[in-house]
Amino acid sequence: MNEIIKMSATTLAEKIKNKELTSVEVTQSFIKRAKETDPKIKAYISITEEYAINQAKESDKKIASGAKIGELEGVPIAIKDNILIENVKMTASSKILENYTAPYDATVIEKLKKAGAVFVGKTNLDEFAMGSSTENSAFFTTKNPWNTEHIPGGSSGGSASAVSAMTAPLALGTDTGGSIRQPASCCGIVGLKPTYGRVSRFGAVAFASSLDQIGPMSKTVEDAALLLNIIAGFDKKDSTSINVPVPNYLDTIKQDIKGLKIGLPKEYFIDGLDPDVKKSIEKAIEIYKKSGAEFVEISLPHTDYAVAVYYIICCSEASANLARYDGVRYGFRAECDNLLDEYQKSRGQGFGSEVKRRIMLGTYALSAGYYDAYYGKAQKVRTLIKQDFENAFKTVDLILTPSSPTPAFKIGEKSSDPLQMYLSDIFTISCNLAAVPGMSIPCGFSEKGIPIGMQLLAKNFDEQTMFKAAYSYQQATDWHKQFPNI
Amino acid sequence: MKNKYEVVIGLEVHSQIKTETKVFCNCSTDFHSQPNTNICPVCTGQPGVLPVLNKKAVELLVRTALALDCSINKKSVFARKQYFYPDLPKNYQISQYELPFAEHGKLNISVDGQTKNIGITRIHLEEDAGKLLHEIGSRQLDCSLADYNRTGIPLMEIVSEPDMRSPKEAAAYLTALKNLIEYIETSDCNMEEGKFRCDANISIRPAGQKEFGTKAELKNMNSISGVEEALEYEVQRQIETVENGGKIIQETRTWDTNEKVTKSMRSKENAHDYRYFPDPDLVPVNLDDNFIENIKATIPELPGKRKERLIQEYGLTEYDANVIISDKALVNYYETALNNASKDAENTAKLIANWLTTELLGKLNNAKITIKESPVKAEYLGQLVTFILKGTISGKIAKTVFEEMFNTNKDPETIIKEKGLIQISDENEIIKICQEAIDESPKAVAEYKSGKERAVGAIVGLVMKKSKGKANPQMVNKILIDLLK
Repeated sequence: MNEIIKMSATTLAEKIKNKELTSVEVTQSFIKRAKETDPKIKAYISITEEYAINQAKESDKKIASGAKIGELEGVPIAIKDNILIENVKMTASSKILENYTAPYDATVIEKLKKAGAVFVGKTNLDEFAMGSSTENSAFFTTKNPWNTEHIPGGSSGGSASAVSAMTAPLALGTDTGGSIRQPASCCGIVGLKPTYGRVSRFGAVAFASSLDQIGPMSKTVEDAALLLNIIAGFDKKDSTSINVPVPNYLDTIKQDIKGLKIGLPKEYFIDGLDPDVKKSIEKAIEIYKKSGAEFVEISLPHTDYAVAVYYIICCSEASANLARYDGVRYGFRAECDNLLDEYQKSRGQGFGSEVKRRIMLGTYALSAGYYDAYYGKAQKVRTLIKQDFENAFKTVDLILTPSSPTPAFKIGEKSSDPLQMYLSDIFTISCNLAAVPGMSIPCGFSEKGIPIGMQLLAKNFDEQTMFKAAYSYQQATDWHKQFPNI
Repeated sequence: MKNKYEVVIGLEVHSQIKTETKVFCNCSTDFHSQPNTNICPVCTGQPGVLPVLNKKAVELLVRTALALDCSINKKSVFARKQYFYPDLPKNYQISQYELPFAEHGKLNISVDGQTKNIGITRIHLEEDAGKLLHEIGSRQLDCSLADYNRTGIPLMEIVSEPDMRSPKEAAAYLTALKNLIEYIETSDCNMEEGKFRCDANISIRPAGQKEFGTKAELKNMNSISGVEEALEYEVQRQIETVENGGKIIQETRTWDTNEKVTKSMRSKENAHDYRYFPDPDLVPVNLDDNFIENIKATIPELPGKRKERLIQEYGLTEYDANVIISDKALVNYYETALNNASKDAENTAKLIANWLTTELLGKLNNAKITIKESPVKAEYLGQLVTFILKGTISGKIAKTVFEEMFNTNKDPETIIKEKGLIQISDENEIIKICQEAIDESPKAVAEYKSGKERAVGAIVGLVMKKSKGKANPQMVNKILIDLLK
């Protein structure tokens, strides 16, 4: 196996900068790998080879000329296909946008271009990021590189698989209720959902506006910090982005974690927890203790309501956000006789069943006479969930939980039971409701060899502490140095 | 029959806020651009875009709200109003629902000499929709064309209380509102360009009854007179319906400008459920006292105050003052003219008002042009009146000069000089002309001397003819009588 594809983004950036490797060489290595493995893994909706090679050539030229270069100059990255890159197709894994070409760059893409990153492809997702397995993609299901019979998680399953299968050292995902952390956990990589407002949402296809965040996915914690350094920050194009200074996350990442207080929410360590998951988390706690961290049991008393609150809010917002896909200005338009027919057929045929289910749920929850009982009530409970976290963080620095109740399940296992599917998010959605940052890092394997992840949650805008703790753990373990055999 | 019922009217006005750029993106608001040239990913509802509030639009709305005596909400929230239509790219409109920018205002109107306050319920900010075209000229298209230039242009929706009791009051309210907005320059209020649109809620109830009757909402009126006409029609329709034993149903009706009737569009059962909810893409807007005070400080003299001043300071009649303040451009014209006229005479202000309201407005109306386009500059009207007051020209000659000013855009002095129209006030010269006239009018002289005083008129006429109208009329009269003694 080509050694380049095993390297971290940090190492690649260093080697390209020092002219030990050229960006073209690096980019070609990953694309070659993608061409070999992706027919099996199906992480990519499109591999943007020509685009990437052109970018790589530009980077090499810049480096050769001695011009000022970016922090990710020449380093490949895969982009979830619900983030817009100007003049590149963007499908959101939906038939309704199958032939849509993005007319502008997302803010994160602008920032990555400035940093010199090379876009190798657009990755698969559950249609409009609605799902936990990529089985809701209108095109195909992505496979877990550790065992192709299993799901890669979702909705950023394509990005997680791409990093795990070493077809890109980095990827961007989006996370509305766990869509970065759960697939990261399933595929044995690092995935981080930043504090709501930390990263601009401009140019990411909106699913649930008050919950969506773009975040980094990578093999190592250091790479995630490097990527967040680049994409974080206030954006005047996103009114919900927050003007808080962005620290250099790499500056503090190696700090000692002695005395760090980590909370274990009793509501998350439940009976239904998979024994392999439980065992891995317990081992992780032991490792942390050895590093000097202290553990306390805490309570997040409104955890039970999180799934219900989450699905009311995300479906309500989605029902409005997805109204624009009507075939009038762009996207799929069905053969039709009149306006109503056009709407019904284009949307009826253009959206998949999970998307339609959520639009209907949301439309219902916002309807006259139901608003107070559903959306209004859900907002109130959301405030209580937020307060749970505020209270918890009065006594602890971080919260540690499993990322998902089970390791990645088999393809098809839950696709006929939406409720079971929804429950695979139970550990990740509270974090979005509370707006706090969360991160999944690999912490072991199940007996069948499927990766297991643990989740760290931090105070608003305290990604620094999270990185520090994650880095410390990763230094003490070697899960991130293991590669799937494909 | 009419007196048996009381009419209740409330109005919703959508006025385009005068900003350079749209409310949630940087596209131009220019009305005259080619279709679909003032558009971007944001206002065409592309995937992934987000709205960013135009602060100027908020400022202008608050300015309007303050001029209408509203209280400004310190915290206001945007909401999504959801419905599907091809002129609405996101298939929801960003509007306001629970916390609008302003509430509880009032506007004073006057009808038939009676003044009355009309309550303003609320003023909220929203984005306009695009335009759909189903025909070109008279040619019906087999498709619809969409122009998104107008999409995202800021509108303020000004909702009145149901305080109006006649179509006439409704028209007076709209006139006063339009006038006020033009004064504070927050909207162009151009109704032809759709920058000032009105929907009306109207119901009738038996005189003396407290509860409101069932209302109908009227749409598609394109002028203030159109609103009045549509309301008149609707009053009749509702009375006739009730008198014939029918029931008014709650519905939306459209005004057919050709047939001059209102027609049912949709009933309450088919009313939209807009599924309003707070827009998660926009944070609540918090307006602090400083912001509000700063805007307050920029509000100019409003029409009501200005009218008082015209009456008290310049001694104008209520009628003249009303005519002049009915249009900001007109009152500005008036005051410019006045500032350019001699202040020596006591009746300068009155004289200018007369020239403005009768002569100039008459001519402008005939020529179908506005005061802003007047060929006679305000300064020149002031100068003309000064020439009259100083006796340089007579009132009669002044009309000739004015006619020339209107036709040639020239100033009065140039015209008077070019045409040699300066009044003859030299006594010797007038005596000379008078003597000639007496000599040529033996018959009139004889009649006059025999006691027929009116006979002098013929001699005056001859003097004026000989002087080409330039002889000072008062002097001619006096001198003739002296000479005939």
